[in-house]
Amino acid sequence: MNELSRWTLALGAATFVAASSHAAHAADSVVIGDIDDMSGVYADVEGAGGVEAINMAIADFGGTVLGRKITVLSADHQNKPDIGASKFREWADQQGVNLVLGGSNTGVSIAMAKVAAVKKVPFIVIGAGGASLTNEDCTAYSVHYVYDTTALANGTATAMVNAGNKTWFYLTADYAFGTQLQDAAAKVVEAHGGRNLGAVRVPLGAADFSSFLLQAQASGAQVLGLANAGTDFSNSLKAANEFGITRTMKPAALLAFLTDIHSLGLKTAQGLYLTTAWYWDLDEQTRAFAGRFFARIKRQPTMDQAGAYSATLTYLKAVKAAATTDADRVMAQLKKEKINDMFTQGGYIRADGAMIHQMYVMQVKTPQESKYPWDYYKVVRKMSGEEAFGPLTGRCPLAPK
Amino acid sequence: MSTILGIPVPVILGQLTLGLVNGSFYALLSLGLAVIFGLMGVVNFAHGAFYTLGAFAALLGLQHLGINYWVALLLAPLAVGLLGVLVERLLLRHLYGLDPLYGLLLTFGLALIVEGSLHQVFGASGQSYPVPESLSGALNLHFMFLPLYRAWVILASVVVCFSTWFVIERTRLGATLRAATENAPLLQAFGVNVPLLVAATYGGGVALAALAGVLASPVVLVNSHMGTELVIVVFAVVVIGGMGSILGAIVSGLVLGVVEGFTKVIYPEASNIVVFVIMALVLILRPAGLFGRE
Amino acid sequence: MRATIVLYVLLGVLALSLPWLGVYPVFLMKLLCFAMFACAYNLLLGFGRMLSFGHAAFFGFAAYVTSWLITAHGAGPATAALCGMAVAALLGVVIGGLAIRRRGIYFAMITLALGQLVYFVCLEAPFTGGENGLQGVPRGTLFGLLPLRSDRVMYYLVLAAFVAVFMFIRRVVHSPFGHVLRAIRENETRAISLGYDINRYKLLAFVLSAALSGLAGSLNSLVLGFATLSDVQQSASGEVILMTLLGGTGTFFGPVVGAAIVITLQEYLSDVVGGWVTAIIGVIFVACVLSFRRGIVGEIEALRLRRTRPGAAGPAAHA
Repeated sequence: MNELSRWTLALGAATFVAASSHAAHAADSVVIGDIDDMSGVYADVEGAGGVEAINMAIADFGGTVLGRKITVLSADHQNKPDIGASKFREWADQQGVNLVLGGSNTGVSIAMAKVAAVKKVPFIVIGAGGASLTNEDCTAYSVHYVYDTTALANGTATAMVNAGNKTWFYLTADYAFGTQLQDAAAKVVEAHGGRNLGAVRVPLGAADFSSFLLQAQASGAQVLGLANAGTDFSNSLKAANEFGITRTMKPAALLAFLTDIHSLGLKTAQGLYLTTAWYWDLDEQTRAFAGRFFARIKRQPTMDQAGAYSATLTYLKAVKAAATTDADRVMAQLKKEKINDMFTQGGYIRADGAMIHQMYVMQVKTPQESKYPWDYYKVVRKMSGEEAFGPLTGRCPLAPK
Repeated sequence: MSTILGIPVPVILGQLTLGLVNGSFYALLSLGLAVIFGLMGVVNFAHGAFYTLGAFAALLGLQHLGINYWVALLLAPLAVGLLGVLVERLLLRHLYGLDPLYGLLLTFGLALIVEGSLHQVFGASGQSYPVPESLSGALNLHFMFLPLYRAWVILASVVVCFSTWFVIERTRLGATLRAATENAPLLQAFGVNVPLLVAATYGGGVALAALAGVLASPVVLVNSHMGTELVIVVFAVVVIGGMGSILGAIVSGLVLGVVEGFTKVIYPEASNIVVFVIMALVLILRPAGLFGRE
Repeated sequence: MRATIVLYVLLGVLALSLPWLGVYPVFLMKLLCFAMFACAYNLLLGFGRMLSFGHAAFFGFAAYVTSWLITAHGAGPATAALCGMAVAALLGVVIGGLAIRRRGIYFAMITLALGQLVYFVCLEAPFTGGENGLQGVPRGTLFGLLPLRSDRVMYYLVLAAFVAVFMFIRRVVHSPFGHVLRAIRENETRAISLGYDINRYKLLAFVLSAALSGLAGSLNSLVLGFATLSDVQQSASGEVILMTLLGGTGTFFGPVVGAAIVITLQEYLSDVVGGWVTAIIGVIFVACVLSFRRGIVGEIEALRLRRTRPGAAGPAAHA
């Protein structure tokens, strides 16, 4: 190789080094990171609204903690475990992040939890459902905040089987969350005297559900168990209507958010049973929060967005109480206190990381029953945290039975 | 309920029908690819991107200009076709005479630009396009409820495909096109404006892709990635059918859609890869493709 | 000659000291792995003129094999990486064997389709973890002696591997095999008439390229601690083509430069322009194909030739 190209190369290398080395973040601010699905199937459930909720929590807390400024970082993991894990690691190595929130995708959250354990950074999972996060995939630094597949199944599946819908066939999103939700629902169905006739696995974000729905219909089951979420859920339900599947099978919304019902419309969604951790219209406190949120985002908050607010507030309170951002001491503090805010009363974080709090089984109102915008749910049953999340399974090494 | 291979006949028929719907899209898209390749020797990697653009044109036309489905069916391919002509004149033209791999690479880059921009502006999750009123509802075929719209898709694709084939193989315009593939300079000496013909061909092939996109918008969610994986399957279809053959592309597309549907019933896990496996087999046994002329 | 040695020493010192200058080691290692991938790819494209559109299959599948061997069978990093490489080579035999039956565009399309087949296998196969991929892969200890947990230690290992692969590729290109390969590239018919079994040479080049791409993938999964579908996806195949094209096909340093630029752009540009990165990469691609076909290093070489010998045709000798 000749002179000119070699010197150019050397110069290029030097420039490159200069450009890519940068100092880590100033150690005097508390850094809160949100890694979530900002543009994909779950973007409306938490996404940008979640970041807004985090900012609201910081403002309500006072804007600073232990005399230090609070910085918020946000990133889009695009539902890819490698992006989520890499971003988490990079923020831990380069930005000195003190808390990471988010997730919204069980596969990505499991990957991030593993990084949290290695880098010793508290990680509060909002929006991802897989119960394995507090079982096989539990770590000393992860907290599972809003809901999990066990609670969802205990709520919705129980309600439907008890109402006489005994045989089930599942349309399952083919990744950690879908399979765990299907398993949890299947267990509940059998425990209550029902039968599981089979399942079909659908890629996440599939564009066309028709062939999978035909397979479901061929099974002859009474219930179409939709073990998916976000736009997957709304699209599969719409397609089921289009193909006349709902004439012979009852859809079970194993996970549905307020935003899904909003996009489907009450005409399509009426009568659906679903389980939720929080609803904007429950009481004065929830309505107050929802009103402030609505003013900024122009939609009512989902349980995930409310959860992000509560989790941020809870973390900041724990940091203040522990008088440090040291991960181990903050985690110990988090597992000590009771949580009382607009999200939950008497909630607490268990040894395996699960945040135990009440869950509500809801039924979607008919168009006639709904009196004002976003008036979508009526409460069927309120479950205590212990009933919803069940006892410790012993599968998490941190929390033996 | 009677069964074949232990599977109820209605289930098989249902999946085959859906397979025919998918096959219609494969046929339309491979037709456009075959036309462009046949005339220009260019493998249009951007075909999926133009398909996506057609769908977005219909969606945006509806949302912002109130253009209804039927008008979009005409306007969107026209608009995208014009864009195709621009692409050919401004970009592709520079690569003739070079290794054809550069054409492939250029269109690959184009696909990145189009899909990346769409992703950035519209996000990754799709938007739904409503089925036109006149085509809503379903046909009760006893073994399944077939939404009327999907029956329309099959009909429209078959009609367009065979009309295009007819024009190319049986009319004077088609003969001129085919002459241009054989000996362009000679044709130009006869006074035919070959560069214009080439540009129009690229625009036409791309317009076919856009038409497929409009047809697809009520069926799938309109999103920036709808063309990406589809175009790879379509490439395999074209290899199976034989790269220069128009009829080969159409027939292979339809047949492979049905085969895929059948695979979904008997061995669902393989349905994604069955087309590629068949392609591998065809390559071993008959490298020119089933209808190929090499 | 002295200038060459001085420059190589400078580059070497720079490479060795980068982690201490504050550059993020994980970023550097990712860059080295992709540079290795691009160099392996260039062996096929630049020196063999075979445009493979599905090369991510080798990179990604080896990553899965390595990760699986470590997480499910407790293999050591060296064993796992070498197995990954071996599996990639085998895959290269199969895919190459099928693809070499055709030339030019057909070759490209076959590799594209077969690469997509590998993607779907990785999506569905039970051992790959589907959409979740294989996570939390520990780096372990090298030969039971050297723990690799520290990013800096791992960096030097990856750097050593990269240098080894780079030197190996140079040796291959300058060997008799390499000469025949380049002869085939220039004029296939003449090579046949000289009695060479060109398919054997092409297949060997393909398998070598596949194996080294696999090594890059295995190392990458060790560095990052996971193997996911992104490693086998079509977009990764496109990226490596861009890196090679941008840097300069048929040169040695070209792919390295190309990889450095693309990875750096993706890392830092996305902070500035967010999701527009893909579109911008597309623009660069198109610009390269239209007017920058020799790539950066290629253009520099051509410039040099024009200056020393005005009127000399095109890029001839390569470093």
